[in-house]
Amino acid sequence: MSNHGTAAARDRASVIVGVLLLLLAAILWYDAVNLGRTVAYGIGSDMMPKVIGVGLSVLGILSIISGLRNPARETEPADWRAVVIILGGFLALTVMIGLNVGFIPAMTVLFAVTSFAFGRRALLADVAIGFVLATLTYLLFSKLLALSLPRGPLEQIFG
Amino acid sequence: MDSFLALMSGFAAALTPAKLMYASMGVLLGTAVGVLPGIGPAVTVALLLPVTFKLDPSGSLIMFAGIYYGAMYGGSTTAILINTPGESASMATSLEGSLMAKSGRAGPALATSAIGSFVAGTIATAGIAFLAPWMVKLAVMFGPEDYFALMVLAFITVSATFGDSPLRGLISLFLGLALGLVGIDKLTGQSRLTFGLPELLDGVEVTTLAVGLFAIGEALHVASQKRDEGSLLTLTGSLWMTKEDWKRSWMPWIRGTLFGFPIGALPAGGAEIPTFLSYSTEKRLSKHPEEWGTTGAIEGVAGPEAANNASVAGTLVPLLSLGLPTSATAAILLAGFQQFGLNPGPLLFAENAGLVWTLIASLFIANVMLVILNLPLVGLWVQLLKIPTPWLYAGILMFAAMGSIATKGSVAELLMLMVFGFLGFMMRRHDYPVAPMVVGLILGPMAESQLRRALQISIGDPMVLVQSPIAVTILAIAAVALIAPFVTNTKKFAQDED
Repeated sequence: MSNHGTAAARDRASVIVGVLLLLLAAILWYDAVNLGRTVAYGIGSDMMPKVIGVGLSVLGILSIISGLRNPARETEPADWRAVVIILGGFLALTVMIGLNVGFIPAMTVLFAVTSFAFGRRALLADVAIGFVLATLTYLLFSKLLALSLPRGPLEQIFG
Repeated sequence: MDSFLALMSGFAAALTPAKLMYASMGVLLGTAVGVLPGIGPAVTVALLLPVTFKLDPSGSLIMFAGIYYGAMYGGSTTAILINTPGESASMATSLEGSLMAKSGRAGPALATSAIGSFVAGTIATAGIAFLAPWMVKLAVMFGPEDYFALMVLAFITVSATFGDSPLRGLISLFLGLALGLVGIDKLTGQSRLTFGLPELLDGVEVTTLAVGLFAIGEALHVASQKRDEGSLLTLTGSLWMTKEDWKRSWMPWIRGTLFGFPIGALPAGGAEIPTFLSYSTEKRLSKHPEEWGTTGAIEGVAGPEAANNASVAGTLVPLLSLGLPTSATAAILLAGFQQFGLNPGPLLFAENAGLVWTLIASLFIANVMLVILNLPLVGLWVQLLKIPTPWLYAGILMFAAMGSIATKGSVAELLMLMVFGFLGFMMRRHDYPVAPMVVGLILGPMAESQLRRALQISIGDPMVLVQSPIAVTILAIAAVALIAPFVTNTKKFAQDED
């Protein structure tokens, strides 16, 4: 604690990581004690979660200490909007797969939304490119390599 | 002599027209994906693993071998042409390689890296054929406690050598270990950390974690940065190596291989050390010191590239003979084997010897295929690098999602992929290495079952872990490897404070 500097300049990220690790350790421990023992000798299924839980707690405490003692590390400024848009596109794909809309439309959406997040503004062109790419991928992998990809109304056309 | 005969029958199995087609498809796909910036060999193999699912085991292994070598070659192409190494093992290559490309010698740089990879890959694969059966003989003497000690060593070296601080590496490792607990416990059938969700009973797939952390994490990172990544260097001048280039390349190839293979074959390898050893050795021995760091010296590409390829091939020795993955790529390969229902280790050689030798023969074939296909196709791979960034990453995300959809096709799996992607992005942003997490996920459950087997045999007496001389030796090495970086780090820290 001999380091100088204000609290705001401390490495907050490491402190947060440390707290999250302690939380994870608590979850592991809670899950382990609720397993119930089934093995008479040797070690049961609860041993390893407890060992890893203890390890996580130690690392969590070390991380908090290092966060409090060291100045904040530099992180580059991030464009969070792009990150959220991409994750949103991925979520849309997941929902479409879940609702059986089919492989090609879901992939088209993912492609167009990702391109948008990377700064492209020609949405119609990107939808077209995504559609062609998704169709080619579908044909290549489902026909040539016999992978089973989800089939919606559109994919039925290809038989 | 036994190995030789077995290898010949392996060749006989691998040299059919259909198998050769799989090999060339694997090489082409592996190179095409591996050449994309930010996509290293580990992710390439993870992304393309689903492609091999529906083939018969030997067909998929052959395609797999092709993907693996193609990915390696693709990675070095990117390292040379845009100076953004996809992984730390290509860092040494990109130092001199990008300088050569800048001074109009991209062709010879790419050629020496391809031919060097071929030379190193061939020698190293011969090394596997020779060394692996010998290691298997050694491995059958290992008890569960010795295996446990080996895995502890692998944990330590993987997390202490990746990244800049051992604490961060260990945090990443333990996150992987915790994820490895999820699912049904193989010994008791109890479900751990599943929170009542049936989707979690099978546990977390290594490929899902790797694709999420590496590929999606990388896409999110690039999107959040919005800055130009290193500009693509144009391919001007001759594509071929001159007689002088050959003369300056062949010794570095051999020396690089000699650095790479033994270090890679150690159960605690890693490709960074041999590539930098080779880089500094070639720099010291070079007859053209004026080219280093200015116009780019061909020895500085030839040596590290051979060392990289040889050490990666070397990691197959502990993987095949002990079932021990010592790098992220090896962890994915192990996941691939498991998906085909194969368990690498001494038993694999006994039960499925034919398949193992087919794989080793395929590695030779894929290596030849790589040189034949990639030297003339280098112009095509360069075109791939010209794809605008938005489309490039949109395509990578499509591929990442496709792999998951083709494997499981479940919403839960896609959601996990997304969460891991975000986690990979955050870890990258805050300088946590991700590779230890992947290794922890696959090696954790294996270490657990060895530990429990050892304690079951000893009826619960933990002393069994330190009673075998093999285990004690390995654990001692692991302890040194764990403590050493902390000691040297505090010294560095003290210096910084002055």
